[in-house]
Amino acid sequence: MHSPKFLKNPNRRRLLFFIFLGWLLLLIGDRVDELRVYQGALIAIYTLAIGSVILLTGYSGQLSIGHGAFMAVGAYAAALTQIYFSPPIIITFLAAVIITAIFGALLGGGAARLSGPYLAGTTLALALGLPTLANQFEFLGGETGLSFDVGFPPERYGFDFTLYKWFFWIAALATLIMFWVMQNILKSRYGRAWKAGRSNQAAAELLGIHVGRRKVLAFTVSAGVAGLAGALLGMISIVSPSAFPLSLSFAIITGAVLAGLTSLAGSILGGLTLVIIPEIAEAISKNVSESEAVSANVPGLITGVLLILTVLFAPNGPAEQWHHHKEKKKLKAKSKGS
Amino acid sequence: MTLKVERLVVEHGAIRALDGISFEVDAGSLAAVIGSNGAGKTTLLRTISGLKDAKLGKIFWKDREITGMKPEDLVRRGLAHVSEGKSVIPELTVRENLSLGGIWRNNKSELEESIGEVINLFPRLGERMDQRADTLSGGERQMLAIGRALASKPELLLLDEPSLGLAPLVVEQIFETISQLCRQQGITIILVEQNAMGALAIADTGIIINLGVIVAQGDAGSLVADPALKSAYLGY
Amino acid sequence: MQQLINTLLIGVSIGSIYALMALALVLVWRSTRVVNFAQAGQAILSTYIAWEVVNRSGSFLMAFILAVAIGGLIGGLVESGLMRVLLKHANEGPVAAVAPVIATLGLLAVIRAVVGLIWTNEGKRFESPVSTAGFVIGDATLPFSRLNLLIIVTAAVVMIIFSIIFQKTNLGLALRAAAYNPEIARLSGVRVATTRTIGWIFAGAAGAVAGILVSPNDSLTPNSLDTLLVFGFVAAVIGGLESLIGAVVGGLVLGVGLSFVLIYLGTSLIFPTTFVVLVLILLLKPAGLFGAKGARSA
Repeated sequence: MHSPKFLKNPNRRRLLFFIFLGWLLLLIGDRVDELRVYQGALIAIYTLAIGSVILLTGYSGQLSIGHGAFMAVGAYAAALTQIYFSPPIIITFLAAVIITAIFGALLGGGAARLSGPYLAGTTLALALGLPTLANQFEFLGGETGLSFDVGFPPERYGFDFTLYKWFFWIAALATLIMFWVMQNILKSRYGRAWKAGRSNQAAAELLGIHVGRRKVLAFTVSAGVAGLAGALLGMISIVSPSAFPLSLSFAIITGAVLAGLTSLAGSILGGLTLVIIPEIAEAISKNVSESEAVSANVPGLITGVLLILTVLFAPNGPAEQWHHHKEKKKLKAKSKGS
Repeated sequence: MTLKVERLVVEHGAIRALDGISFEVDAGSLAAVIGSNGAGKTTLLRTISGLKDAKLGKIFWKDREITGMKPEDLVRRGLAHVSEGKSVIPELTVRENLSLGGIWRNNKSELEESIGEVINLFPRLGERMDQRADTLSGGERQMLAIGRALASKPELLLLDEPSLGLAPLVVEQIFETISQLCRQQGITIILVEQNAMGALAIADTGIIINLGVIVAQGDAGSLVADPALKSAYLGY
Repeated sequence: MQQLINTLLIGVSIGSIYALMALALVLVWRSTRVVNFAQAGQAILSTYIAWEVVNRSGSFLMAFILAVAIGGLIGGLVESGLMRVLLKHANEGPVAAVAPVIATLGLLAVIRAVVGLIWTNEGKRFESPVSTAGFVIGDATLPFSRLNLLIIVTAAVVMIIFSIIFQKTNLGLALRAAAYNPEIARLSGVRVATTRTIGWIFAGAAGAVAGILVSPNDSLTPNSLDTLLVFGFVAAVIGGLESLIGAVVGGLVLGVGLSFVLIYLGTSLIFPTTFVVLVLILLLKPAGLFGAKGARSA
């Protein structure tokens, strides 16, 4: 069977795939209960944030511990835009992306010259310090924070269309669109240049690829994506310093490491894991002891242990490791056969 | 016989740097290992001193196998290796570099004694004891590198291109000292050199390596006299 | 004038704590080429142990000695139990370069969680062993207290001990040689793997001292040393990340600088100043004030 002409183009195929995925997600969203819908939105948001880290670390080799800070910038940008200008909601999200991207570009301008521990330390400082700034400036709402109100779902969707379902729709669609955009960037000249810069800076420079500029660009795009994830997170919770703690940055990194750091497709796996971990902690604290210390600390414990185990035993992510393992087996089978 | 290398094979990834090398060096003698860049000379020394693992083959030192032993253990068995390119630590003072050589014995008076001997050999180091090594000239640094190795009281000294980048007069002086160490103190020496004539002139035996295999070995004088070798490998 | 001196003294007091944390980071960096983000976790665990011992025995001195010893032990365990395995395992592939940093982050998360499970996340009050009331000169009360004095003296003693070990002993020579050039150190008979463990032990102890000194008169929680980690990192970067003296000077410079910012400009500018200083140093003087040659892009 021949595929229609329209589908010959891989870009169009990808677009169709994403549209199908979106339709599937919305169908699922219609059939599960409120809590699951909320968690679905969370998975989408984490997946997006993890995607932004992978874009930076996996494709350009720079490790940022501070993506929680970018998320905070995006959330505050969205909340302030909504409070002061109340434009259509899609404009608000766009504003969040653009403002965070500009922030990322500024930071990337400096960070392009750093790498390894220096970049990690600098972004750590950012993740820790930036959210606390909100306490110092009144228009940022202090510890109580701001609320980012996207309004109720349009009435035409009917009465039983809940607020959480609305959140899920927005988050899932935004994530899907962003992933489509990222995929296209990575398939473009720019994306290939990033990868070249990651694997061998000197060789990339010989090929006429300006590594410094690419790094800034990678930072900019990654920040913009993280900013959108932050705005979405602000939408479903609240925009305050405590919504963007250091542990959020850690969680995002864990998700990215679990996803393998080298492929965007793994992001969803990371997002799922991050939502499941607190569930497990909850279950443990219910069965073992009802103390707050357990439910507050078990997620951190699991995150940390997963991080360590992953870098120890599957440094390229469990998915990649599995793939690698299979390849090896195939090779062995081949060499035996010949 | 003190050092014996048997069918040594060493690889750098996919590249075979040494492809089945065998030779012996007698106690108290000076062997020159000659070859061009990339012949495998440095790899040979690094494998003997334990910095690099052998793929195949064996190394014996005083009738005991030392293949695969760590450099920090081999120092304790009397091996000292002056690696390529003036192996001193520039951030440390001359005294600290020399003390480092004898650090494994953990004995202050013995250390002072061997530092004294080094200063006797290289009086110029004695005048610069508290200077950082990076303030020394190239020749002084090479002296310090040899001095550091001597401070460990070695029975076998591995020298990797000590003449590299030095002025001809300094080279002569260094070769003179190396010859002295062998003749007067009875230290067995393996001298790796690109300066074939200079090295063979002071050596008892010569080993000529090309692309990881030995192309000729024997008495240093007869190697120099062989016209075929001379034109092909010795560069004269 | 009086305020100037006060600001300076307070700055030295807080700066000497930053210096200790910076020392811990530099010691690990020199031995293993890893910035150990878990240092904050190791230090918090040591500090909680000190808190527990103070509560049970009432003796601050005993608590201090015990916690610092345990801090060193933890450092040694982390090196031999985790980092050694990691560096052997994950030495190739696209993630190899970031794997050690990620592992220390994971460890930080684990230690914090364990601390939270044992002592809960509720803030604990760490009583100061000496008065926190300012010294009185004439009829003026200085903000500088006995606690500040104790901090400066303790930090100074620790630094002097370190400088004797590093400059005057064979162990110190071995540690420095292994840091500058592991290969020549090994050829000289130094057991580099052992010096690495010792570096981590010293770092663990230094971090523990920093944690115990910064905590009195403040609320102790599983993440209360995170900011100290950042300040320590900035101090280490100011000093060039390679240099022990640089770490100490970096800590003092940062402490005094931030103390001036705090008194004359207000708390809101502490973080922005720190961040700007960090970025400026990294961009303009990448090897730090004390660093040798060599770029940061390695």
